[in-house]
Amino acid sequence: MTTHDVLFLLVGLITGASAVLSVTTKHLVHAALWLVVSLGALSGCYLVLGAELVALVQLLVYVGAVVVLVLFALMLTHAPIGRSTAHDGSVTQRVAALIAGAATAALLAATLISAFGGEVDVQGGSTGLLAQRLFGTWVWPFELLSLLLLIALVAALALARLATSPGDAVDAVATAPPEREPIASRTEAS
Amino acid sequence: MIHLELPLLLVAVLAGTGVYGILARRNAVLVLIGVELVLASAGLLMVTMGSTLADPLRAGHVLTIFVITIAAAEIAVALALVVAVFRARGDIDVTRAGEVDS
Repeated sequence: MTTHDVLFLLVGLITGASAVLSVTTKHLVHAALWLVVSLGALSGCYLVLGAELVALVQLLVYVGAVVVLVLFALMLTHAPIGRSTAHDGSVTQRVAALIAGAATAALLAATLISAFGGEVDVQGGSTGLLAQRLFGTWVWPFELLSLLLLIALVAALALARLATSPGDAVDAVATAPPEREPIASRTEAS
Repeated sequence: MIHLELPLLLVAVLAGTGVYGILARRNAVLVLIGVELVLASAGLLMVTMGSTLADPLRAGHVLTIFVITIAAAEIAVALALVVAVFRARGDIDVTRAGEVDS
């Protein structure tokens, strides 16, 4: 066991355990909070592997933005507070999901470990080199990504506004039974 | 020095957990949490390989940053869609997604 092994074992155990908890917990809000723990500990894994910049980006984007979005969505969709089983599938569905998940994990572990297993040097680090590559070789994909983010922003705004006309936004959420007006007529009205 | 078995095992565990979350949950937001876990396992695999193989382009790290960005864009659109579906139908149960009446 090297130092890297011990450190990775510590953060890796937290990551794996909280990931399992986030998909099995009965509390809807706890699922999002366990996701915070899992993704935060995963950025610790990135640190152990010597990828400081990736770890910081992971922390900023996931823990800072994505999980807040998930929590917002849970609140906006009237997630029940406290224990609830309405969001879980039937027992058959869960057993099938467990088999599929375990099979995926076993297949990936067997393939990857037999292909790449062994003791190697960690040679991450050097954020300067990473920055040179990011803004040198990879600069066009990087610019395309900024375009993608802009499109995603506009698309999210359009989706959120299309679903309801300005006047009945509050009513639609307050009175849960859905309105069945087709989307096309509502956009004309607005 | 690090034994690569540990990160690779964590990759497998995260991917399996994500697949379970996608298949077992009925709430659309919880399905998205499963998708995030699968994306996280892909990122961990790329960082592991990027840190241990001598790669002059640093492709593992750069592509992980790209995947994180794409995941942020994906979840923004997906959650807007979930909220839109909730306003139109009153629930976000994915097992009843194809039905007209809820």
